[in-house]
Amino acid sequence: MRASLQMTVNGEQRRVDVPPIKRLLDVLREDLDLTGTKEGCGEGECGACAVLMDGELVNSCLIPALQANGARLCTIEGVSTEGRLHPIQQCFLENGGAQCGICTPGMILATHHLLEKHPKPTLEQIQEGLAGNLCRCTGYMRIFEAVRKAAEAQNAV
Amino acid sequence: MPERDDIVGTSPLRKEGRAKVLGQAKYIDDLSLPGMWHGATVRSSIARGRIGAIHFAPEVDWSQFAIVRANDIPGENTIVHLTKDHLCLAADMVNHPEEPILLLAHQEKAALLAGVAGVRIEYDELPGVFTIEESEAAVANNDVDRIVWEGSEYGGTANCFKQYVLYSGEAKETEDGLAAAFEAADYIVEGEYHTGAQEQLYIEPNGVVAECEKDEKGNVVSVCVRGSMQCPYYLVHALTLVFGLPEEKCRAIQTETGGAFGGKEDFPSVIGTHAALLAMKCGHPVKMIYDRAEDMAATTKRHPSRTRHRTAVSKDGKLLACEIDIALDGGAYATLSPVVLSRATIHAPGPYKWRYVRVRAKAMATNLPPHGAFRGFGAPQSLFALERHMDKVARVVAISPEELRRRNFLATGDRTATGQLLTEPVDMRHLLARALEESDYYAKLARFAQENRGSAIKRGLGIAAFMHGSGFTGSGERRLNSVVAVELLADGRPQILVSSTEFGQGTNTILCQVAAQTLRIPYEQVVIAQPDTALVPDSGPTVASRTAMVIGKLVERASAQLLEKLRIESGLPEDHTPEQFTQAALAYLNAHGELRCSVRYEPVRPVEWNDELFHGDAYPAYAWAVYVAEVAVDLNTYSASLTRFDAMQEVGKIMHPVLARGQIEGGVAQGIGYALYEKCVWKDGRMMNNQMTNYIMPTSADLPEIHVYFEEVPSVHGPCGAKGIGELPMDGPAPAILNAIENATGLGFDSIPLLPEDIFEKAHSFTDPAHGGSEDLDPEKLGEFLPEVNA
Repeated sequence: MRASLQMTVNGEQRRVDVPPIKRLLDVLREDLDLTGTKEGCGEGECGACAVLMDGELVNSCLIPALQANGARLCTIEGVSTEGRLHPIQQCFLENGGAQCGICTPGMILATHHLLEKHPKPTLEQIQEGLAGNLCRCTGYMRIFEAVRKAAEAQNAV
Repeated sequence: MPERDDIVGTSPLRKEGRAKVLGQAKYIDDLSLPGMWHGATVRSSIARGRIGAIHFAPEVDWSQFAIVRANDIPGENTIVHLTKDHLCLAADMVNHPEEPILLLAHQEKAALLAGVAGVRIEYDELPGVFTIEESEAAVANNDVDRIVWEGSEYGGTANCFKQYVLYSGEAKETEDGLAAAFEAADYIVEGEYHTGAQEQLYIEPNGVVAECEKDEKGNVVSVCVRGSMQCPYYLVHALTLVFGLPEEKCRAIQTETGGAFGGKEDFPSVIGTHAALLAMKCGHPVKMIYDRAEDMAATTKRHPSRTRHRTAVSKDGKLLACEIDIALDGGAYATLSPVVLSRATIHAPGPYKWRYVRVRAKAMATNLPPHGAFRGFGAPQSLFALERHMDKVARVVAISPEELRRRNFLATGDRTATGQLLTEPVDMRHLLARALEESDYYAKLARFAQENRGSAIKRGLGIAAFMHGSGFTGSGERRLNSVVAVELLADGRPQILVSSTEFGQGTNTILCQVAAQTLRIPYEQVVIAQPDTALVPDSGPTVASRTAMVIGKLVERASAQLLEKLRIESGLPEDHTPEQFTQAALAYLNAHGELRCSVRYEPVRPVEWNDELFHGDAYPAYAWAVYVAEVAVDLNTYSASLTRFDAMQEVGKIMHPVLARGQIEGGVAQGIGYALYEKCVWKDGRMMNNQMTNYIMPTSADLPEIHVYFEEVPSVHGPCGAKGIGELPMDGPAPAILNAIENATGLGFDSIPLLPEDIFEKAHSFTDPAHGGSEDLDPEKLGEFLPEVNA
């Protein structure tokens, strides 16, 4: 069984014809060719597949495609504008927030979500806000630094 | 001539960083080749037994599958490491759960699930051994049914892959010295320490895409495997044997790699040859990506260990002699166990000066999936034991843990336990003093002792002092014989050609920094090639904290040659501008067509190492460190957590401060996980918690602030004075944390991982009348928060 679904992905209207229980992660990667969203565990633990759905941070490996019908999605490909890095991306790059890079797309979207909620986050809010995104390389310290710098940069605008 | 010294030591942007933050970096699962099929593995459901009939479920349309069994292998059925005991596909016997028996490929990835489920294998089950002790008992009792490994042409005996004995001097003289020292000692301190298996848990699982080219007769002409890997030439070597092809017909290409930590050192040889066999069989490119559960259940982990210490010490805290016995659980096949054991052995006596040392070490066979490389490679196990034991010795002698260490540190001009003369400056006393100062150690010790009274939260501090050898052991670098090249691209930019891989640690960036500084051009002007064995020379594996020091030095030499060539042949002036460099490069290319400068490994200083006696210069250089852990143990929940961590080290010149801090912080985080969170639960050789849901690694909410400090003492062995850094931070956290927990609670623990239930049990057992009490327990410290005594 397939369903014709439509969603707004990174500002563009997209239509896909997929089994309704296909994971949103696979729809993004296979049907829409947006491979920036990664699979780390497939069970909602690691956050590598995190995207924003109607402004909420979700693990796309746990979302059936049908649930995303009509939703507004933002993936890592939608964070930069015309090849210009978003301040969050710039701060991850400059502060060593990305090492192997596999958790980075999810981590950047989680940061995006965190800074929407808390424009001036405390350390506890950063730790809490990123706790659903596992990173095995950094020990998180450089990521915290990147988030703090990104908050400063956004607040300065 | 003024040196351009403003590149190494600064923090330029990571070379591939922009692609990573944009989500544009292509990892193996992001790759799709035309006509590509998907592969899966059918694995053993038992730990040990003979393979019987294989049944294929009639409801599956097998005509749509490609199926590979051991007898389809055109060359040798082996995954080569140091020996060939490890089969590519099990043929008659299986020796561990999840051992690969059969491979399937299908055009549709979704069809594989039913395919794997549709294969039923009969076994004639045999008894297995699942711990070091069971393996030893089988040997001791001559229980032939439980001799699960027989030895190989590489050596080994029944159930034992490898044994070493390290003596600090000549054997007889050392034995006599040990006997006399234990006779004369004021105290003899004994201890036994255990560490568990640890999963690398790179966030990107193992995966490859393989292609196979055949001639009209159907014979394999060449194979090519792209994938997530640390060591492309290891995979090439594995492919040559499995396919019976010459090296130039086997190609490995590393794609962007989402973490490795040793877990992608030897394992890509397994998944890589498997996918290539399926590509041969089905005539299409084949992608194989493990899901998380398969990756955790079937691939390598850190070796579990048991280490026994017996120490002779004088009443003024002078370490006189030690006898150390190490046993590692190697799993079902030898794989890398002998070399992991070697590093465990050499690091066992630690950064201390001993008159007499004997280390006996062995790697035992069990019916677990083979254990393998993981950051630290044996050293975290033996240093955990040592640094817990040093606290015990200090307690017996009744001096402080830091004072015991201070009185016994190795220093410049001393000899290590292998007899290596420390010619480069070593100042452990300074590292210790600075670590104590930065962590505000003494003030906090006093404050916590005060505050802990009457509080259910017990706080404490612990230290660990340690070192980590950079590069391959002994004559290993000589054997690797690494080659590095720097060439000019058509646009005049220099390109580095190495098989050394980037998997997050910063290889691309630091090697480009070294080339840029040597060539005296901007960092941005230097290019590094993606490791593709058709294009890059064999610069050895990306392991053993060797890339910055050994490969960096070769990049420096190759770059210097290239610069010299341009000076002589193209008149490049001294003190050139970047534009002049490009002009000279283009002029050279116009005149000569190409320029490629290739250099081969030469030791900076002669390395004297005796593999038989385990004596001599074990490593060209060592990194040195003192770490301080600050913990809080909640006696309501029995959970221990870190409240601060101070990591003080000397790793030579810091090439890139941001990357260097990242290496230390990441290693400390893995060390915290090793100590307090990450437990592999085994049942009959099978990992039962092979999910991120129930194998717990630290999240952002679990870690304290990690403070990182460097002393920079340049070494002659690395470029601009750099030494190895990657593995060091894995070695120290676990013992420092358990030392801190003992300081906080009075409860001494000698095993990791240490979970709340372990703390509960020990605290509880002390007050149980049936228990005789614990020698390690200081009831003063637990105070009124001791559990209720059972009536």
